[in-house]
Amino acid sequence: MTDQAQLLPGTLDLLILRAVSLGPLHGYGILLRIGQISGNALLIEQGALYPGLFRLVRQGLLKASWGTSENNRKAKYYELTAAGRKRLQQETDNWNRLANAIRTALSAEPEEA
Amino acid sequence: MNFLAYLRSVSSKFLHHSRTAGEMEDELCSHVQLRADDLESTGMSRAEAERRARIEFGGFERYREESHHALGGSFIETLLNDVRISYRKLRKSPGFTLVASLTLALAIGANAVVFAVLNGLILRPINVPRPASLYGLERGSYKAVNHSYPDYLDFRNRNRTFEDLAAYNLTSVGLDTGSGDPVGSWIMETTPNYFDALGIQPYLGRLFHASDDHGPNSVPYIVLTHAFWHSHFHDDPGVVGRVVQLNKHPFTILGVAPPDFRGTILFVFPDFWVPLTNQEQVEGVYDLNERGKRNLLMVFGHLKPGVTPAQAVADLNSVGAYLEANYPKDDSQMYFTLTRPGLAGDWFGGPLRQFLSGLMLLAGLILLAACANLGNLFAARAADRSREISLRLALGSSRLRVVRTLFTEALMISALGAVVGLWGSIVILRGLSTWQPLPTAPLTIPISPDAKVYFFALLLALASGLVFGAVPAMQTFRTNPYELVKSSSGYRTGRRMTVREVLLVVQIAICAVLVTSSFVAVRGLVRSLHANLGFEPRNAMLVETALSMAGYSGDAVPAMQKRMIDTLQAIPGVQSVGLVDRLPLYYGANYTNIFSDKTSDVRPSNVAARPTMYLISPEYFQAADTSLLSGRAFTWHDDTSAPRVAVINRQLARKIFGSVSAALGGYFKLENVTRVQVVGIVEDGKYETLAEEPRAAMFLPILQSPSTQTALVIRSERDQQEIAAAIKRTVTGLDSGLPITLRSWNQELESALFASRMATLSLGVLGTLGAMLAVTGIFGMAAYSVSKRLREFGIRVALGAKRAELLHTAMGRALKLLAFGSAAGLFLGILATKVLAYIVYQATPNDPMVLGGAVLAMSLLGLLATWIPARRALNVDPNLLLREE
Repeated sequence: MTDQAQLLPGTLDLLILRAVSLGPLHGYGILLRIGQISGNALLIEQGALYPGLFRLVRQGLLKASWGTSENNRKAKYYELTAAGRKRLQQETDNWNRLANAIRTALSAEPEEA
Repeated sequence: MNFLAYLRSVSSKFLHHSRTAGEMEDELCSHVQLRADDLESTGMSRAEAERRARIEFGGFERYREESHHALGGSFIETLLNDVRISYRKLRKSPGFTLVASLTLALAIGANAVVFAVLNGLILRPINVPRPASLYGLERGSYKAVNHSYPDYLDFRNRNRTFEDLAAYNLTSVGLDTGSGDPVGSWIMETTPNYFDALGIQPYLGRLFHASDDHGPNSVPYIVLTHAFWHSHFHDDPGVVGRVVQLNKHPFTILGVAPPDFRGTILFVFPDFWVPLTNQEQVEGVYDLNERGKRNLLMVFGHLKPGVTPAQAVADLNSVGAYLEANYPKDDSQMYFTLTRPGLAGDWFGGPLRQFLSGLMLLAGLILLAACANLGNLFAARAADRSREISLRLALGSSRLRVVRTLFTEALMISALGAVVGLWGSIVILRGLSTWQPLPTAPLTIPISPDAKVYFFALLLALASGLVFGAVPAMQTFRTNPYELVKSSSGYRTGRRMTVREVLLVVQIAICAVLVTSSFVAVRGLVRSLHANLGFEPRNAMLVETALSMAGYSGDAVPAMQKRMIDTLQAIPGVQSVGLVDRLPLYYGANYTNIFSDKTSDVRPSNVAARPTMYLISPEYFQAADTSLLSGRAFTWHDDTSAPRVAVINRQLARKIFGSVSAALGGYFKLENVTRVQVVGIVEDGKYETLAEEPRAAMFLPILQSPSTQTALVIRSERDQQEIAAAIKRTVTGLDSGLPITLRSWNQELESALFASRMATLSLGVLGTLGAMLAVTGIFGMAAYSVSKRLREFGIRVALGAKRAELLHTAMGRALKLLAFGSAAGLFLGILATKVLAYIVYQATPNDPMVLGGAVLAMSLLGLLATWIPARRALNVDPNLLLREE
């Protein structure tokens, strides 16, 4: 557990969008999916997911509907809307640009400064 | 606190059970279950799995709250949240909450009551269709509302601006529904077109119309008010067509008026309407053909569509000019103004309007004082909490959010105050509207708290909440968090305190205004109780009856009057019995024009005086205890065969003869050119109102000027109850069908004192409220400043300060403010009493008792308010205090 990284502010939304983009999921499923695709490297308190989910629904990036889980429990399933898909694309590009810039900055040699 | 608890339960219900909130909770629970399922599959027991799942989920409550916000934390929810926080804070200081909301409840309650009365009497028009175009006629510089019937006919037939003109008169009749025992009823005698001119439709049966009129006594019909039908005929629809006896004459009940129409005068509800056409049967006399008899109480009508009041006045004035030219003997001052018909014209409505507006202003001042007070309390509270507030600001809370909680707190207090105040005022108003202030007249106060009143109270609550909430809020905006967190919460004198001091001075001044004016009113009332009335109400009983009600007319009237006097005189213990047609100080007076002996042309412009006129029996002065200054009283020989004589009062003697001695034996002329000799002069008295200036009055012998209106004054030293029983027996023995009212003269005077009593009462209540507010205001400020400076006092005491010096430091400022505010208030109060002079007898602030009383009252209030804080300052224990902090 100790080698898990804290999330940067604002990145949870991106992760949620990414997780849902692979198919409709309920809240718990989204957490499992994030764990799976990130190799369990990120520390997310489970409850913290929900304010984020509701925010995204309110922004019209996700839509939700009640369904039944594989082990027969009532659960709410989320999927991307068209706007959500577009936003995921933008955010991913943004993130990549930022990450590249940071990586470049951090790996720069002292002499070149 | 019940209300707050209720509010909280409502808010929590809202939070837990609204649809989205419920769904959200389901979802969070389902998450925990899913996680528990997974954990269970790894071999945990179900219970352990659920526990773990909940732990992993994290703070359930916190995420629920955050989710709410994410869902779009609506305005209502944040508000409820604020309400919850404020509720907790207020509950922590129940004393503060109680004082603050009670203060406001009193102020808002007082405002609601005054506003409801104002609304009922002045703002609300009488309940008829199209009230906006309905106007009454006022004549001449006196703004007289009474007109004669021939004049009325001319107004009606010659004007071109009114749809129709109707008229009414108020009178009482004996109504016999078949029991043989007539009951006195108040009625409106109306022109037959009355209902049509107003546009009133019947509730039951039909109403009378102009087409029913075929000359005197041709319309023997009555229309009942809904209330009278309900109370006396038990809602029986079979009354239509029934014949009843009015003053022994048969009248047919035509129908019932709708429940919301109670006549065209706001404060008198008649029992039924009778056509004026049958005046002779109802009043015993017929004078509708006399142009000089102005006995219609009011003429009114709807303006034609598109006609302005100014055009109507011009039109009426041209009719008036025609009348003046054609009837110079009877008509003068024939120019007009229009008035709202509900208050019987401006002679009554004017002072009432002024008084009620004044009262409303005072009530508004009370509320303002309450707001100043609460603003101070809140500011002090906010100052005490300044550390908390600046911490919140420093930790990133927005100023707006902090201010919002402060406002929520203020508004909650004001809402609580409004609810309590409104509840109280509704109780008072219910009482007022069923109250019959005067036993002898159908006077009612037409108020029922309607939506306008509730809205007004709500508005006041909101406004006052915002006003006193703004004081601490302004403080917050000025707060610099870094400064405050660093320093301790020491007492600092600065601009902030001066704002509060200004508030306090304003408040004390308002209070002083109220105290001064209530002193003036009380003083006036006491004076009027001791004023020289020109008669002695003590040990006098009154029997009032209208002989016309029992069917007496013509020569039977004076015979019956003489018989009554003689038999009453024979009751053991009765000293004297006198008769008068209309009692002084009893709902106005009769006036007549008189002319000097030299005048041959009795036209209105030559009038020498216009005294009030009383028709009396010989023993009246003795029975009323009116002292005769010179000459003689009447005798039973002053009848129609003897020369015409009169007794006049001192004022009239001075006015037409120059002096009392010159008047005796002198002559003057009545309106019908009769020469009358003055045989006696009596002292001045009060005739129409207690507050009036000395007026001219004239007394004529009843045998020379007969009247069916009969009031008997019976003077006796015997026990009131005994004598009353004996009088009742005697009169019933004379004629069992004669409706009488019997009471002591003092009881009768209630009506004359009514206005000044009401004024004194309402001012007294407002004055007390004002005083209470001033005490709490000064107390609050003094206590707060002492508590803030306790350490300083401790140091001073430790350094050897004397008690007097300490007291001066602690209280000096509060007392200075008190003196300043009181002086300003006293000055304003003196100005305000000008308005009071209309109602209260000799209302003058130039009275050492009033000024001294007000100053004394204010000093006592100051002493009372500063006593506890001053003691606290004096009892400072320096050791204890210096050890703190």
